[in-house]
Amino acid sequence: MVDITPADGIPPAEVAEVELYHPHSWWTKYVFSQDAKVIAIQYSATATGIGLVALVLSWLMRLQLGFPGTFDFITPEAYYQFITMHGMIMVIYLLTALFLGGFGNYLIPLMVGARDMVFPYVNMLSYWIYLLAVLVLVSSFFAPGGPTGAGWTLYPPQAIMSGTPGGQDWGIILMLSSLILFIIGFTMGGLNYVVTVLQGRTRGMTMMRLPLTVWGIFTATVMALLAFPALFVACVMMLLDRALGTSFFMPAISEMGEQLQHNGGSPILFQHLFWFFGHPEVYIVALPAFGIVSDLISTHARKNIFGYRMMVWAIVGIGALSFVVWAHHMYVSGMDPYFGFFFATTTLIIAVPTAIKVYNWVLTLWRGDIHLTIPMLFALAFIVTFVNGGLTGLFLGNVVVDVPLSDTMFVVAHFHMVMGVAPILVVFGAIYHWYPKVTGRMLNETLGRFHFWVTFLGAYLIFFPMHYLGLMGVPRRYAELTDMTIMTESAHHLNSFISIMAFIVGFAQMVFLFNLIWSIRHGREAGGNPWRATTLEWQTPQTPPAHGNFGKDLPIVYRWAYDYSVPGAKEDFIPQNMPGSFGPSREQA
Amino acid sequence: MAVALVLVLVVVGSVLFHLLSPWWWTPIASNWSYIDNTIIITFWITGVVFAAVVLFMAYCVFRFRHREGNRAAYEPENKRLESWLTIVTAVGVTALLVPGLFVWSRFVNVPSDATDVEVVGQQWQWSFRLPGKDGKLGTSDTRDVTADNPLGVIASDPNGQDDVVVEAADLHLPVGKPVKMLLRSIDVLHDFYVPEFRAKMDMIPGSVTYFWFTPTKTGTFQVLCAELCGQGHPLMHGVVMVDTQQDYLAWLGQQQTFAQLSAPQQTGSADQAPGNTAASGLKIAAKLETVGSR
Ligand code: HEM
Ligand SMILES: [Cu+2]
Repeated sequence: MVDITPADGIPPAEVAEVELYHPHSWWTKYVFSQDAKVIAIQYSATATGIGLVALVLSWLMRLQLGFPGTFDFITPEAYYQFITMHGMIMVIYLLTALFLGGFGNYLIPLMVGARDMVFPYVNMLSYWIYLLAVLVLVSSFFAPGGPTGAGWTLYPPQAIMSGTPGGQDWGIILMLSSLILFIIGFTMGGLNYVVTVLQGRTRGMTMMRLPLTVWGIFTATVMALLAFPALFVACVMMLLDRALGTSFFMPAISEMGEQLQHNGGSPILFQHLFWFFGHPEVYIVALPAFGIVSDLISTHARKNIFGYRMMVWAIVGIGALSFVVWAHHMYVSGMDPYFGFFFATTTLIIAVPTAIKVYNWVLTLWRGDIHLTIPMLFALAFIVTFVNGGLTGLFLGNVVVDVPLSDTMFVVAHFHMVMGVAPILVVFGAIYHWYPKVTGRMLNETLGRFHFWVTFLGAYLIFFPMHYLGLMGVPRRYAELTDMTIMTESAHHLNSFISIMAFIVGFAQMVFLFNLIWSIRHGREAGGNPWRATTLEWQTPQTPPAHGNFGKDLPIVYRWAYDYSVPGAKEDFIPQNMPGSFGPSREQA
Repeated sequence: MAVALVLVLVVVGSVLFHLLSPWWWTPIASNWSYIDNTIIITFWITGVVFAAVVLFMAYCVFRFRHREGNRAAYEPENKRLESWLTIVTAVGVTALLVPGLFVWSRFVNVPSDATDVEVVGQQWQWSFRLPGKDGKLGTSDTRDVTADNPLGVIASDPNGQDDVVVEAADLHLPVGKPVKMLLRSIDVLHDFYVPEFRAKMDMIPGSVTYFWFTPTKTGTFQVLCAELCGQGHPLMHGVVMVDTQQDYLAWLGQQQTFAQLSAPQQTGSADQAPGNTAASGLKIAAKLETVGSR
C-alpha cells in the first residue's frame, strides 16, 4: 500500500463483529438460507418466473387489441383477468420484489461493507412469505371463477360485485390475501434493509459516501414501509366488505334491479388509500432504478457522477414529495375538484428534482470516457425512455390536461414508458453489470446486444405511438374496440402494428433468458472486477463473494464511490477501500 | 457512432411521427378548446426538452466515446450550472402550470346560466334526467330504485314529478347552451366521457359529481364509459345528439315525465320504448354471452 495517511480519520470499530450464522447442511445453505446473497437469487428467480406469466398475459391482451374478434377464447371476462394480473404482477410481484428483495439483498451488504443483513433469519422469512404470496396469487388462476378482473387498482364497488370476474368468486379474495402476505413479507425484508444501511456500514462508510444505488434502494424501502400500510388496511377493509358484508367502501347499491345489503360506505375512500400507497409505489420502483443507473453511468463513463450531493437530495426530496401527490391519479374521480389545484401544484413541483437527476446523468456523460458496454447502452436507453415518460407526466399532472386524457391509452403509454419500460431497462443493465459478480462469468456480448436493440427500440415503437391513440380518445381497459366511432380504420392498423412489436420484444426476452442460463457455464471468465469499478462489492477476495462477503477483515472505506479518472492517479479508478489521497479527492460529507 | 446516430433518429422519428401521422384528436365540439390549447403548449415545451436532452446525449456519446488513451475529466459538482438548470426548469414548469390552473378554475366554476342535466350510469347503460318546468331536479336515492323507478327519484319530492326521464335512450342537448352534467351511478363506478367534448368525470354510487361544457357543434356523438365497470364496460356506449334549439324542443316534447312514467296502469301507449332496467342490462349481458360462446 502507498504510505500516505488517509484523507480523513477512520473511526475505530465500536463493536466486535457479530458471529455469522453458518449453514450446516445443503438445505440451510441453498434453500432455507440466511445469506442475503442466496436470498437475493431466490427473490430474483421467483420474481422472474412470475414476471414471465405477466409477459405472456401481455401478449394475450395484445392479441385481442391488435386483432379484435379473431381470438374466441379472449372474452371480455378473460381480458379483464389478464390486465389485472398483468398489472399487479408487473408492479408488485416483479418490479418491487426484484429491486428491493433481489438487488437490495444482493447489493446492500456488499456495498456498505457488511457481512450480511443485520437480521438474517427475518430476511429468510421475508423471502418465504413472498413465495407464499406468489403461490396464493397463482392459485387464483385455478380457483373457481378464475382470478379477479377488477383492474390492478381493484376499485370497489365493482371489485367485489358479480359483474366483475372473480368479484363474487375466489378471485378477489385470493388477490387481497396475496397482497396482505406480500406486505407482511416485505415489511420483514424492508426493516432489514433500512437497519443494515443505518447500522451495518463498515468503518469509514459515511452516509455521504454511499453509492447512489444504496441511496435509491434505501429511500425506496423507507417509502415502502410508510406506503404499504395504507394498502394493507385497504385490503383488510375490502376483505371484510366482501366476506362479512361490512360497508367500508360500499354505499347503497342497486345491482341489476336488486338492492344489495350495503349502505353508507365510501368508494372514494378506497381510492385515497390505494393511491396513498400507489403513487409512492411508482417511486419505490423508480428510485432504485435511479440509483442503479447513476452507478452504471458513472462506472462505464469512467467519470464521477455529476453533482452527487444534489443527486442524494433529489432522491430524498422526490421520496418525501411523492407522499403529497397521490390524488393526481384522481383528478376525474369525482373528489372535490378544488383539490386539483393543490395536487397539480405538488405534482409539477416534483418535476424539478426529477429533472435535476436527468441533467446530472447527461452531464456525467459530458467529457467522460464513454465505454459503450451493454450496461451503458441500457443506461442510455433508460434516459431516453424515462425522459419521454416523465415529460408525458407533465400532461397528466397538469389537472385540466388530464381531463381528456385520463383513462385513455395515453395513460397506458405514459406509465409503461416511465414505470414499466424504463425501470426494466435498468434491471437489464444492472444484470449485465453485476452478473459477473454473481456468477464469475460474463454474459454473452452478441446475444446481449441483440437483446438490447430489440428491447429498446421495440418498446419505444410499442408505446410511443400508443399516446396518439389516447389523444384520439381510445379508452384504456377496453376489451372490445368494435363500434367505436372515434377510431379510424388506420387506428386499428396501428393497434395491429403495436401488437406485432410486442411479440417481437417478448421474443427478445427469451433470448435474454437463454443467455442468463447459458453463460453460467459458458460465459467468459470475468475476474473479480471486470468493469474496474470502485465500489466495495467489486473488491471482495472471492468472486462470487463467499459467505461473509469480505474474508477475514472487513474493508475500511477512505473515499466516496466515484473516484474515477482522478487527476494524478495512475489508474482511472480508485476503489473505495484504497487509502491515500490522489489529487483533489473529495470528502462529500 | 451507431448509438449516437440511433439517438438522433429517435428524436427525428418522434418529431416526424408527431407531425405526419394521421392519428390525432377528434374535431372538438365543445367550448374546451382551452384544454386543447394547453395540450399544444405542453407538446411544445416537452418536445423541446425531449429533443434537447436526447440530442445532447447523442453528442456526448459521439464526442466522448472511448478511444485509446482517453481519460474523463474530473468534475464532481458545478454549483452555478446546477442552480441555473434548477431555475430554468422551475420557470418551464411554472409556464405549464399557470395556464393549466387558470383553465382548471374555469372547468370547476360552472356558469350560473348552465342547465342541469343528470346522467345516471348503471351496468351497462346510460339514462338521463332533465328538470321539468320548475327548472329543478327532484332528489334521488339509490334505495328507491325499482323497475318502475329506475333512477331512484324520491316520489315524495314535488320537484321530481315533472322531471323528464330518458331511460336507456339517447340524450339530446341544444347547441350553444351551457350544461351542467350531474353524474350519478346506482351500482359501480362509471365515467361519462365524450371524446369530442374533451371532458369526463367519474360517477360514484352514493355521490353526485359534475362537470360542465357548452356544446358548440350539432351532430351525433358517442358516449364511452371510461371507468372500468365490469365485463360490460367496453360495450357501455351511449349517444348524445346535439340539436338546434328547434329540433331539441321537438325531441323534448316527446319525452315522458317522472309523474307520467310512474302513473299506475300505464298502458304501453308511449311511442318511444323506454325499455325497463333489468331488460336493458340483460341486453348487454346477453351480448356478453354470445361473445363468450362464439
Ligand atoms: C412489452 C411489455 C408490455 C406490454 C406489451 C404490455 C401491455 C399491456 C397492455 C396491452 C395492457 C392493457 C391496456 C388496457 O387495455 O388498458 C397493460 C396494462 C398494464 N401494464 Fe403492461 N405491458 C408490458 C409491460 C409492463 C410492465 C413492465 C409493467 C410494469 C410496471 C406493466 C404494467 C402495467 C399495468 C400497471 C397495467 C394496468 C393494468 C390495469 O389497467 O389494471 N406492463 N399492459
Ligand atoms: Cu361503466
